[in-house]
Amino acid sequence: MTNMAATTPPPARKRRSNWQLLMANRLAAAGLFLFGFIVIVALLAPVLPLPNPDITDQPNRLLPPFSAGHLFGTDHLGRDILSRLIWGTQVSLLVGISATALAALFGSLIGLVAGYARGATDSVLMRFVDMLMAFPYILLAIAIVAALGPGLLNALYAIAIVNIPFFARNIRGVTVSIRNREFVDAARLSGKGHAAVLFTEVLPNVLPVIVITMSTTVGWMILETAGLSFLGLGAQPPTSDLGSMLGQARAQLFTAPHASIVPGIMIFILVMSINLLGDGIRDVLDPRLRSGALDRPMPVTRIARKTRPAPTLPDAPALVVENLSTGFDTGDAITPAIRDVSFRLGKGECLGLIGESGSGKSVTALSLMGLVASPPGVITDGAVYIEGKDVLSLREQELIGLRGARVAYVFQDPLTTLHPLFTVGEQIAEAILAHDPIGRQAAHSRAVALMETVGIRDAASRASAYPHELSGGQRQRIGIAMALANDPDIIIADEPTTALDVTVQARILELLQQLRRERGLALLLITHDFGVVAQVCDRVAVMKNGEIVEQGDTRAILRDPQHDYTKRLIACVPELGEGHGFLDRVRPLFAEARP
Amino acid sequence: MPAYIGKRLLAAIPVILGLSIIVFLVMKLIPGDPAQALLGSYATPDNVARINRALGLDRSWPEQYVIWIGNLLQGDFGRSYILNRPVLDEVLERFGATLILAGASLVICSVLGILAGIVSAVRQFGWTDRIVTFFVLIGISMPAFFLGLVFILFFAVQWKMLPASGMYAVYGGGDLPDLLRHLILPAATLAIVATGVVARLTRAAMLEVLRQDFIRTARAKGLSENTVIYRHAFRAALVSIIPVLGIQAGFVLGGAVYIETVFQWPGLGQMLVKAVSTRDLLLVQGGVLIAATVYVLVNLLADVAQAMLDPRLKA
Repeated sequence: MTNMAATTPPPARKRRSNWQLLMANRLAAAGLFLFGFIVIVALLAPVLPLPNPDITDQPNRLLPPFSAGHLFGTDHLGRDILSRLIWGTQVSLLVGISATALAALFGSLIGLVAGYARGATDSVLMRFVDMLMAFPYILLAIAIVAALGPGLLNALYAIAIVNIPFFARNIRGVTVSIRNREFVDAARLSGKGHAAVLFTEVLPNVLPVIVITMSTTVGWMILETAGLSFLGLGAQPPTSDLGSMLGQARAQLFTAPHASIVPGIMIFILVMSINLLGDGIRDVLDPRLRSGALDRPMPVTRIARKTRPAPTLPDAPALVVENLSTGFDTGDAITPAIRDVSFRLGKGECLGLIGESGSGKSVTALSLMGLVASPPGVITDGAVYIEGKDVLSLREQELIGLRGARVAYVFQDPLTTLHPLFTVGEQIAEAILAHDPIGRQAAHSRAVALMETVGIRDAASRASAYPHELSGGQRQRIGIAMALANDPDIIIADEPTTALDVTVQARILELLQQLRRERGLALLLITHDFGVVAQVCDRVAVMKNGEIVEQGDTRAILRDPQHDYTKRLIACVPELGEGHGFLDRVRPLFAEARP
Repeated sequence: MPAYIGKRLLAAIPVILGLSIIVFLVMKLIPGDPAQALLGSYATPDNVARINRALGLDRSWPEQYVIWIGNLLQGDFGRSYILNRPVLDEVLERFGATLILAGASLVICSVLGILAGIVSAVRQFGWTDRIVTFFVLIGISMPAFFLGLVFILFFAVQWKMLPASGMYAVYGGGDLPDLLRHLILPAATLAIVATGVVARLTRAAMLEVLRQDFIRTARAKGLSENTVIYRHAFRAALVSIIPVLGIQAGFVLGGAVYIETVFQWPGLGQMLVKAVSTRDLLLVQGGVLIAATVYVLVNLLADVAQAMLDPRLKA
């Protein structure tokens, strides 16, 4: 939950229509105009003042481009290449689009039926689709053309058939995911037949996927039908498409290269315009790409502070945070996530940072070492002093050098925060080696020793286990061992027990307490649970809406909370055996808070 | 691991059987009566019936299929009536050349595609990313058969750097350097589309992985950005890149049909195109079936490689 707050900024921008989005994408717009131009010219072929593309003129064969009356020259039979190009484009477009339509129709039908019916129908249909996909793409088309005989229509069928699986698979996937949604159930219960449900309820929701698949495969299908024609297996004289033009001109490649190059470039431009457009359509219809959720996070959060604080602070405790503000860049503006956060943490001390989900606890924790995903994260103000030195003023390499060495993190859900493909031993050893090049062997034995320290039995053999082979509690112990790897001064534990069972929670907290006492660690504990704070923290800071609303000695705050929000948080810790009384006690506190 | 490989091999058997059924059915699409076609003007009803009996065409389709597959298992793929030699001999001879070409392309597209994909993910929205994206777009929009012709025009005709066609020089060739010289142009041409696809998917996979929590953990440990990207992120991305490479094996095997025709490479693809034009159906059938079987096995290899990388998949 805290991760969510850190990675997805609130979508503050107003939504634009799909068309506006598509046009905002310059490449897609260029693709659309290019494609539109090609389509219009190809459609206008009958009315354009062009020579007949099939009239041969032997004396004027293989004229070079820019000859009088023949802009692109003539081919080996003296036919005007420009005219043949435009007519050929018409054929290629028609064939490519028809093949796409056929593949989309049958593929979507198979996908819809398989995904909706499930069971035996699904298995039979999808096994068949898998078989089609098991062929090297174009070879099945060749086999089909071999059986039906060369010809444009047969090439079209062949290309359509080999593309059916793409549609069937994509559409089945989406259908499966929506067939049990409430609106589908409601339609079924209202007495609609299966066919009606499929076509009036499911199909409209699957349509975007069909459009995406079509727009991303149509260029490919034009390319492939042109290819079959190039090989002499598609369009047969006197019909010709771009592929067969190229195939026929090939014989004169050395004497008249223009006859090959013109149709070749035309295929390329046509397919490229479609691909540009198709990518644009996919980006518009795929919400993930729109939100910028696939931006590459930088090694250190972007730091753009309004004021430059003093780089050092004399007589400072282990950690001093001053007026820290971090926001998320939404493109037009920076939406603040935390504002003016200040606190201090001494050696051997434990500070609890408490608040509800989205209050900015995790962003605070991650900001300290520049770990807020950026883009979109930006640190807009403030300073973080570790042993009196502002880390946000450091160079990137120096800051990275502090991570894990002086300041270490323990994260919330160890299943997603440990690398799934490395053994836990390797991951701990790696943390050691990052700051202390003592050699693999030594690092490994130190990793095993650390695992014993955090209470993993049989550490030597568990070291070669992968995270998914361990229990949640054990994984969190590994996370703690990793944090201890370089004997840090400060540990920032971001909801370390939230993903764990209550009994395991207690043991992990106990372990953290014990380590703090033994090693004099400064512990910043982020949690939403006042019970945890009461148990381990010396002091507590309460966060709400990105600001610290109250901080002080844990006991004092528990005894006499000043802020309403703090009172509510404290009240939310149930006492054992309290039963119904708990809800009765808590309800009035939230009554006026509800909007 | 051996148990996993065994399981995958067993699972491949029905797939290969399925392929053979599809090939069988495709051949049944052929319009007209084969006996009639074979006999031409001698096609009296009597003769047609006799030929049908001799070829087993009077039996039901399932029976015909069982007989056919039984023959295949004994290595009898029939005879090519145009070349007048056993289909299997011809196919195997040609397949070596195709494997060299397709293998080289697969290596090129994997190495270049993955490198380009990583670089463009790491420098997302930077100049390198734009250049890679631009070339990827050209790559996936370029008709390979046209690019081959352009390469021949420039590298072979204009600059005389590389041979235009064939697998070995007619005179004095035949050694490995000679083969490599002949291989460069067709392999590069064949790799171009696949490289674009691999680069694109690698970029997407890297960007996806770089958002994961375990990457943040790697950074929190103080690992250098290079270690984070090339060890942690790439290792995780590779798990989803490998199946894509398996699919590209199919694209280069199929794409070889064009490239072998353009460069006169004596492989399976060139043979298939000729066989389709001469309607040498048994040759088409045998060639397609064997290429498809090899493709299934390559994908099996990709599955195994993926499972070796990702311990979670072995279960």
